[in-house]
Amino acid sequence: MNAIKKALGIVWIILGPASIIFMFMQAIEKVGLAEAGVHKTNTALQWGIILFIFIPISAGLVIFGYYALKGEYDKLPED
Amino acid sequence: MSQEPQQSSIFKVIGASSLGTLIEWYDFYIFGSLATIIGSQLFPADAGASALINTLAIFAAGFIVRPFGALVFGRLGDLIGRKYTFLLTLVLMGGSTFLIGLIPSYSSIGYAAPILVLILRLIQGLALGGEYGGAATYVAEHAPAHKRGFFTSWIQTTATGGLFLSLGIIVLTKNLVGAEGFADWGWRIPFLLSILLVGVSIYIRMKMHESPMFTKLKSEGKVSKNPLKESFNNKTNFKMVLLALFGATMGQGVIWYTGQFYAQSFIENTCHVDFNDSRYILLWGIAFATPFFVIFGSWSDKVGRKWIMLAGMLLGVIFYRPIYQIFLDDTDVSKVEQKDIKEISNPVVTRTAVVGTTDSLITTTSMVTLLDGMSFNKIQSHTKFADANKPAVELPDVYKDKKLSTPIFWKFVLLIFFQILLVTMVYGPIAAFLVELFPTKIRYTSMSLPYHVGNGVFGGLVPFIATLIVSFSGATPLSGLWYPIGIAALSLVIGTVYLSNKKPDHNEAESENH
Repeated sequence: MNAIKKALGIVWIILGPASIIFMFMQAIEKVGLAEAGVHKTNTALQWGIILFIFIPISAGLVIFGYYALKGEYDKLPED
Repeated sequence: MSQEPQQSSIFKVIGASSLGTLIEWYDFYIFGSLATIIGSQLFPADAGASALINTLAIFAAGFIVRPFGALVFGRLGDLIGRKYTFLLTLVLMGGSTFLIGLIPSYSSIGYAAPILVLILRLIQGLALGGEYGGAATYVAEHAPAHKRGFFTSWIQTTATGGLFLSLGIIVLTKNLVGAEGFADWGWRIPFLLSILLVGVSIYIRMKMHESPMFTKLKSEGKVSKNPLKESFNNKTNFKMVLLALFGATMGQGVIWYTGQFYAQSFIENTCHVDFNDSRYILLWGIAFATPFFVIFGSWSDKVGRKWIMLAGMLLGVIFYRPIYQIFLDDTDVSKVEQKDIKEISNPVVTRTAVVGTTDSLITTTSMVTLLDGMSFNKIQSHTKFADANKPAVELPDVYKDKKLSTPIFWKFVLLIFFQILLVTMVYGPIAAFLVELFPTKIRYTSMSLPYHVGNGVFGGLVPFIATLIVSFSGATPLSGLWYPIGIAALSLVIGTVYLSNKKPDHNEAESENH
């Protein structure tokens, strides 16, 4: 199980930035597609909020993956 | 020492904590439930869709500030104690809810109205961020370790109870004052009512004592000097914060919001079920499922928290799409045949001028009743051009205000009940699970952040992101479900691999009680 935990750590490290890149691409596409004026502002606002909150969370996922890769979760304090 | 006084004392603690938390959830949810009306009353009247989007953005902002509230009040709770901190959150929540009910309309004070809504909504989110962690910690620190799941599960019923209360009061108010009165001024009543509920709860909480574990820490001079630093700058603790978020609260949050918020929104806005019917379905589902919070919380004391929570996520991943497909199929009246129709009312024809032209929009509304008891409004529209040589343009028929037949209504109740049952599986044991992950001196701070990021961000944004996904080209009405399914699946994998299934033992209970 510890080997799986470490191997999955790499997945989490990749998933963090990958999800943010995907969101950035979506944001650019959706804001670009929105009609000029209020709609564009609204779309930009929505995606701005989403990116603002998901960037630190994705960073957290990378740190989680790094800890997993280093074997920090092989034995938990509560075990 | 006899067991009886201890039991009665713990139930007083649970009662006082739960009532306040239930009211905080009530306050928070009435805003979400009335977002459309708030949008039309307090936002610029010339942009209906924009008003709703603005409101949703504010709704999201309400959720986004929750994690900040968790940090601010979690720190305070670990420094000065649980009791005074969650009293403060209650006052902030109740006060801001009451004031939302008093904001004059956009037509009276212009842009000051949406700005005030935004400020008060942010205060609500901040207060909620501090409340839950305090209540869960407070109850858990009074409970013996081997019954922590059972006792904290009562706190877990409050979020659903608050939703139930908010829906119930909204439906009741609307029925009392009528649809027009409700849209005009009646929507303020549920907000104003909050001040009474909060007043009672503050009175009860004032009489409670500080948590025994925190009191002990304080008397020994072991209270944390910097809870934020000790929670997030200490690798041993921070890695547990991350594990709690990605392996549990993230998945729990999306299951919670899909089963209780997205489901109702989907039935009302996508399936076009009548306003009251969509709420009655949820109310029945909640009423039947709520006892299971306590059942699963209590069961987690015996078998551990992990597998109960993860089973709830797995069932959500498997069954969400089939359930929502049934919602769509059973409310699709576009292919109804003549032989199934019992009655069609006399059509009501309205003619509306198309702004900026001399053309008109002709709308014909008829109420159709089917043999199985279902009824709905069929709205046919076409544009009539001022130029008689131009042929009228027919618009697609719209079916709204669907009232379900009795068997379909109860089938929907069953499907909502099942979704809320999943909520009880993931949510019933989670307070005990979070409390047990962190030491007493930084517990309030450490457990509040993953809880509110999981619920506030991942869960709270389910309607927002799902709606966004549905707007993508090629999306179907079910596409929005990929967000909760994906997040729950991710959390399921992380939880399965990394979490341990700790079972509380009686020795720990003994040592904590002495």
